[in-house]
Amino acid sequence: MEPRVIPLRLAERDPAIRISGLSKRYGRLAVLDRVNLEVEPGRVTAVVGPNSAGKTTLIKAVLGLVRPDAGRMYVFGEAVGRHPEYRRRIGYMPQNATFPDNLTARELLDFLRDLRQEEADPDLALVKELAVESELDKPLRTLSGGSRQKVSALLAFLFRPDLLILAEPTAGLDPVAGAALKDRIRSERTAGRTFVVTSHVMSELEELADDVAFLLEGTVRFQGPIEELRSSTGEERLERAVGRLMKEGESGRRGVI
Amino acid sequence: MRMLRILKYELRNVARARWLLAYGLFFLGVTEALLRFGGGGERALLSLLNVVLLVVPLASVLLGITYLYNATEFTKLLLAQPVRRGELFAGLFIGLSLPMAIVVVLGMVIPFALRGFAGDAVGSRLITLCTAVVFLTLIFVALAYLVAVVIRDRVKGLAVALLAWLVLAVAYDGGVLLLANAFAAYPLEKPILVLMLLNPVDLARVVLLMRFDVAALMGYTGAVFESFFGGSGGAVVALASLCVWFVVPFLAGMHWFARRDF
Repeated sequence: MEPRVIPLRLAERDPAIRISGLSKRYGRLAVLDRVNLEVEPGRVTAVVGPNSAGKTTLIKAVLGLVRPDAGRMYVFGEAVGRHPEYRRRIGYMPQNATFPDNLTARELLDFLRDLRQEEADPDLALVKELAVESELDKPLRTLSGGSRQKVSALLAFLFRPDLLILAEPTAGLDPVAGAALKDRIRSERTAGRTFVVTSHVMSELEELADDVAFLLEGTVRFQGPIEELRSSTGEERLERAVGRLMKEGESGRRGVI
Repeated sequence: MRMLRILKYELRNVARARWLLAYGLFFLGVTEALLRFGGGGERALLSLLNVVLLVVPLASVLLGITYLYNATEFTKLLLAQPVRRGELFAGLFIGLSLPMAIVVVLGMVIPFALRGFAGDAVGSRLITLCTAVVFLTLIFVALAYLVAVVIRDRVKGLAVALLAWLVLAVAYDGGVLLLANAFAAYPLEKPILVLMLLNPVDLARVVLLMRFDVAALMGYTGAVFESFFGGSGGAVVALASLCVWFVVPFLAGMHWFARRDF
């Protein structure tokens, strides 16, 4: 394999993401309620929690897709706001991505490259790793769900971003591609990149994650290294530890009532 | 400019769509048929005018709203790039409305061009008709985008957009007619003139009719309209009204697009 140039700011002092007092309501529903969160650089943070806990909204707020009602967010020290340049350091892999019907994946790669005006050659190692070469010149509408997911992963890693936000990265991937993607996440983490991952597959997060942020009803109930979660809940498996947190959250709420 | 880079790929995507080809072929077929079977160029143009006033707004509304709704997921991906929302909205808008207007214009002009335009009068009227196509496309795609940006629910959005088309392209005329009938005893030319200026489809119709010789058939109303639109002042007002009809929904859509949650 050809050597890759890794343009990381090695002396990164700011957290990859810093969120303070983030609140967001949809109508009467408080999706996020004064969320505080810090994502350390060079680590993989798993964002977990039950459905409608606010995971997606949290990620979308960091990406600037959702405008918060209150709170501040910083990505590597740059304020998240109207100015879009902070997103240059982010790679995003959304859940069930759809693409323009009549473009090919290769054109899509050119599109994003043009759009971001990246000078460096794009990182196409994943094309081989995910065995997606044969799909690159077909119209995107003809691609299967799994192939679209591969293209989506390709786009996220394309410009060697310092922060990668991956929503359900292996959903729809075959086991080989899923393993290849996880290998890639691990090697990029070793290279110093930061990951924020959501997934419903707890065993997968267990493999990848250094830190866990647990959301329940729009607030962060736990944040810290995965070992700390294990020892504080007394559960070895992440799935059970999270389950315990959810139960505690519920009983806590009953106590208030 | 980032907007132009977005536009480049949007145009490429839309230009390859089969529905765009079908849309252009429809106007090519209709124009060819009217020229072949409907008598001279003059009469073909008049019939074409009615087809344009009905079909272009409807197609623009339907294709506009479905296009933006279908692009929702990809829009999120693009907005996660270092892109301003306004740039993306403008790219999405021009990327659809420009090719749509172009294929209709080509579909209409090619059959006329093959016959050498049959005189200067037909040529200049054809240009006016093409201008109307461009404006109606811009206006109704802008309206469709505004609805799609404000209303998240696709079914509801489609219903509202169709309703807007129905009101502007069909019902409004009936209302004006009812009004004219009910107050037939009063001199209504000026109020009706104002009503016409308020609806882009009617405005396009009146401006186009004034360019044909049929204005004489409209009696006193026709005379009032002709004296208004015949003068340079009237043309400016008509053009300004069409521009307002495009700019206001477009900017409103852009405003909402910049502020909404995705």
